[in-house]
Amino acid sequence: MSNSLAEIDALQKVTVAAGEPWLGQVARGQTFRIVDLEGNQAVDTLFYNAHDREEHYSACDTIRGSGNLYLTSGVRLLSNLGVAMLTITEDTCGRHDTLGGACSAESNTVRYALEKRHMHSCRDNFLMALAQHEVGLEKRDLPSNINFFMNVPVSPEGGLSFADGISAAGRYVQLRAEMDVLVLISNCPQLNNPCNAYNPTPIQLLIWAAG
Amino acid sequence: MSSPTLADAQRPAPDAVPTPPLLWLESLNRGEHWSGIVRRGVSLRLTALEAGANVSALLYNFELLSERYCMADTLKAQHTAFLTKGCACYSDLGRIMCSITADSCGWHDTFSGLSDASMIAGRYGRSRFQEERNSAHKNGRDSILNELGKYGLGKRDLTANINFFSRVSVNAEGALTFEPHNCRAGDFVDLRFEMHTLLVLATAPHPLDPAPRYEPHPVRLEAWYSGPAPAHDACRNRCSENGRGFRNTEMMFLP
Repeated sequence: MSNSLAEIDALQKVTVAAGEPWLGQVARGQTFRIVDLEGNQAVDTLFYNAHDREEHYSACDTIRGSGNLYLTSGVRLLSNLGVAMLTITEDTCGRHDTLGGACSAESNTVRYALEKRHMHSCRDNFLMALAQHEVGLEKRDLPSNINFFMNVPVSPEGGLSFADGISAAGRYVQLRAEMDVLVLISNCPQLNNPCNAYNPTPIQLLIWAAG
Repeated sequence: MSSPTLADAQRPAPDAVPTPPLLWLESLNRGEHWSGIVRRGVSLRLTALEAGANVSALLYNFELLSERYCMADTLKAQHTAFLTKGCACYSDLGRIMCSITADSCGWHDTFSGLSDASMIAGRYGRSRFQEERNSAHKNGRDSILNELGKYGLGKRDLTANINFFSRVSVNAEGALTFEPHNCRAGDFVDLRFEMHTLLVLATAPHPLDPAPRYEPHPVRLEAWYSGPAPAHDACRNRCSENGRGFRNTEMMFLP
C-alpha cells in the first residue's frame, strides 16, 4: 500500500516556499503527494493532460462526477472532457475545496479593498509560471482550480464561507496519476483571509514511481 | 399556466417587466444551442416555456475573449453557492459581466457543469441525426463547443458554467441533490449586461437531471435596452464587494 512509501524512495522531493509557483510533470501510474508542512496552507492546483494541453482539470465535472462538493480519498479528478486525470488515494486532512478558486490582484480589489491590488496572488503566480516555462499555456487555460487543504463550507441554504482550516502540520493528500499530467501549483500568498491562517507557509511535493 | 399553489406563493414576486420596445425576441427549441453578442446596457429575459427547463451558459468579454465568467470569483465575492436576483456574475478580472435584476425561480446552479455525450447516450440511448433529424439528442458540452468554435474558442475555454433554472442542493457533508421542481413553466430570469458579452447558451438537459425521458424544454429570449446598473441598484448595493466590482467594470467604459 501507499503507506509503505518512504520519502527516501521518492523520485522527486521538493519544497515550495510560501507564495511561490511550481510547475512539474507526473507520469501515469506515479504517486504525487502534497504535504502541508506547517499546517493550514492553501495549495492552489491545476492539472493538464501532458499530451493535449487543451484538456484540463474541471471543478464542475469532478463535483458532478463524485456527487459531492468536497474532495477527499476516492474522488477522481475529472477533466473538461470528463476523463479521470488523477485519483485521490490518501487524505489525512479530510476535505479540500474546489469552489473558491485562486486569488488574483483583481479579485483582491473586489473582495477586500482597491488598495489590495498590489498584493501577490495565486493567479499572478500561475501566469508567471506559464510565462517562464513556455509550455503552451496562457491565461485562457486557467479554469477553476483545486485548493488543497482549504476549507470552504457551503450550507444547505446555499451560503458559502471561508472558514478556518481543518489541516495541520504534516497532513498530506496523495494522488495517483491516471494519465501523464502537467501540474501547476501556486502555494497561496493570500494574507487577507483565513485560508492560510494569515500566515503562508512552505509545502513539500513528492513523486514516487508507478508501483 | 396552472393556478398558483402554496409553493408558488412562497416564491419571489415577479418584477422588472421588460421595457418596450423589445430589441429582439428569439425562441430556442428543445435542445437548441445559441450564441450572440449582448452589449452593455442591454437586458435579456430568459423564460422557461415549460417546467423543468435548463439553460447552460458561459460568458466571455466580447472585447477580450480571454476574460470570462468566473464561478469562483462570483461565489466568493457574494458569499453564495448559487445565483439569484441581486447577484452579479463576475469575470476572472474583477469585473461584472452581467447582473441578475429579476428572478421568479429563486435558484440557479453554477457548480454542476454540463451534460455530455456519454451521459445522454447512457441515459437515453443512441440518437443520431440520420434517424431522428433535428430531434436527435443534444448534450451540454458538445452544444457549447459547437458555439465556441464560431468565435475561435474551444475545449480549453470550457470553464465552470451557469445552469439557469436548475437547483442542486448540498447537505452538511457536501452531497449533491438535484431538485426536480425548481423551474415552473413561465419562470424567468433577467440578466442586465454590464459589458459587451459573448453569451453562449445550451438548452440540453442538466447533467444531474434524472428525467426518465430525454426531454429538454424550450426557452424564450427577449432583449430590451435597460441601460447598465444605475447608481442606486440592488445588485450594486448587495455588498461592498459588488460596489467595487461595478467600479472596476465602469473604468473600462469611461470615455
